[in-house]
Amino acid sequence: MLKLLKSGFFTTIQDSGRFGYRDKGVPVSGVMDDYAVSKANMLLENPATSAVLEITMTGPTLEFDEDTYICLAGAELAATLNNEPVQNYKVYKVSSGDILSYGKLEKGFRGYLAVKHGFVTPIILGSRSFYKPMTEVNRLKDKSEVPYEACAFFEPKIQELKVDSLLDETVLGVHVGPEYGLLTDKQLEALFSEDFTIAKENNRMAYQLENLIEGHTISMLTSATLPGTVQITPSGKLIVLMMDGQTTGGYPRILQLSQKAISILSQKKFRDRISFKLV
Amino acid sequence: MSNYPISIRPFGVHAILVEWPKKVEEPILDDILQFGQYLKTHCLDQEDWEQVPSYNSLTLIHRKSPFDFDKFKRKLLDWYSGMEQRTLVQKFLWRLPVCYELEFGIDLGEVSEQLGKSIPEVISMHTENIYTVYGIGFLPGFMYLGGLPPSLETQRRANPRQKVEKGAVGLAGKQTGIYPQESPGGWNIIGNCSVPIFDKEKDKPCFVNVGDRIQFYQISKAEYDLHKIEGEVGIYQMEKIKIDA
Repeated sequence: MLKLLKSGFFTTIQDSGRFGYRDKGVPVSGVMDDYAVSKANMLLENPATSAVLEITMTGPTLEFDEDTYICLAGAELAATLNNEPVQNYKVYKVSSGDILSYGKLEKGFRGYLAVKHGFVTPIILGSRSFYKPMTEVNRLKDKSEVPYEACAFFEPKIQELKVDSLLDETVLGVHVGPEYGLLTDKQLEALFSEDFTIAKENNRMAYQLENLIEGHTISMLTSATLPGTVQITPSGKLIVLMMDGQTTGGYPRILQLSQKAISILSQKKFRDRISFKLV
Repeated sequence: MSNYPISIRPFGVHAILVEWPKKVEEPILDDILQFGQYLKTHCLDQEDWEQVPSYNSLTLIHRKSPFDFDKFKRKLLDWYSGMEQRTLVQKFLWRLPVCYELEFGIDLGEVSEQLGKSIPEVISMHTENIYTVYGIGFLPGFMYLGGLPPSLETQRRANPRQKVEKGAVGLAGKQTGIYPQESPGGWNIIGNCSVPIFDKEKDKPCFVNVGDRIQFYQISKAEYDLHKIEGEVGIYQMEKIKIDA
């Protein structure tokens, strides 16, 4: 078990997502920054679907009660293992009783802890990803315990990976969305020339952007939305749906973030700035 | 056989949107479902593809790899025009029990005033009608129901509630529906459905499919309580009637 002595601000279990139930309104969920997590799981030679701990803004304090190997990824949160600094994208052995704690958020917004063989919380509709009410809780609380299989010995093929960090990137590569063609010249101009500021309404469901662009009176019938879909409200507010985003919506879907752009945006917080670029 | 002009548009590199004329009509929904069924059976690997039908659109999503839009669009157009045989899409009419007692129907009084109809009249209009499921989304198991009679159209609540109970049956504008889980909401609440629309413990967590029909029927508080107990021990039998496609 991994014991959460302190839970941190918003700590969840996430894997590659809950597929096959979108037609019943179930969001995909899963890790927000797949770019980071895929590298951590790769270093631990885990299947790509292995569940990790997703840590938001303020990290938890964790105690391992069995030997295993870990790898950290994503945001830089001044993590220490028994008070020794720990780097991202490097495999570490941990022993029973070891304490992993997190310090100040230095860069990014979401950090990840991957463990050899992945965390093994219950699978619900094909996924371990937290999403209430699929899972009983929406985040891990103080004193909760997360199961994992012990691993006494593992010799990683690659011990450490030099990763091109996305944490400093601010340009979101986008594809056109289904209603892109309905945008006016003025809206297009604003969309691709302005820097947009992340609003305080940002979470695993959606990121709202502060700047308004010209509004619209387009009415459409409810239709599917995806993680990474950029919607525009009648007042001209932009809403970027993320991994827990609803599966249908009634606002025009003007852009669709690339997979990499979803990872970039996942590492942004209130007041950070981003821009859009067609790819 | 297929006779609608469909349009196909890109939706990122993993998904594609197929659209029918922008109308809320059962024949259009039927055509969408037929095409979806045809694609499932003859064209697309079920492991890799997900389909989200809704009102006048069908979104196809590939779970893993990006695909070439132009090539796939041509294939889809060929498949659509070549869909000669009508594949049978089995549909059901689900009869859902609703308790309209005032302890659940907390806005029935206001609704009755707004519509100028007595509470029993509101209930009988709500239960007489048969609704079509045009989409499922917003929340797991939330049905977008079409076919509300204009005489039951009400204003949304001016102040949405922070918390609407699971199972609450609501009216708002041209819509009626059930909150499948506790959530904030601005609809007028007129009753509560005693059976869960979404149950994550089941292999098929949501028994309703887009295209199915829904009819509500009135139950007493005692029946409501009984259904709840039957539901908990897993012996509740849902009333359903097959509809020929």
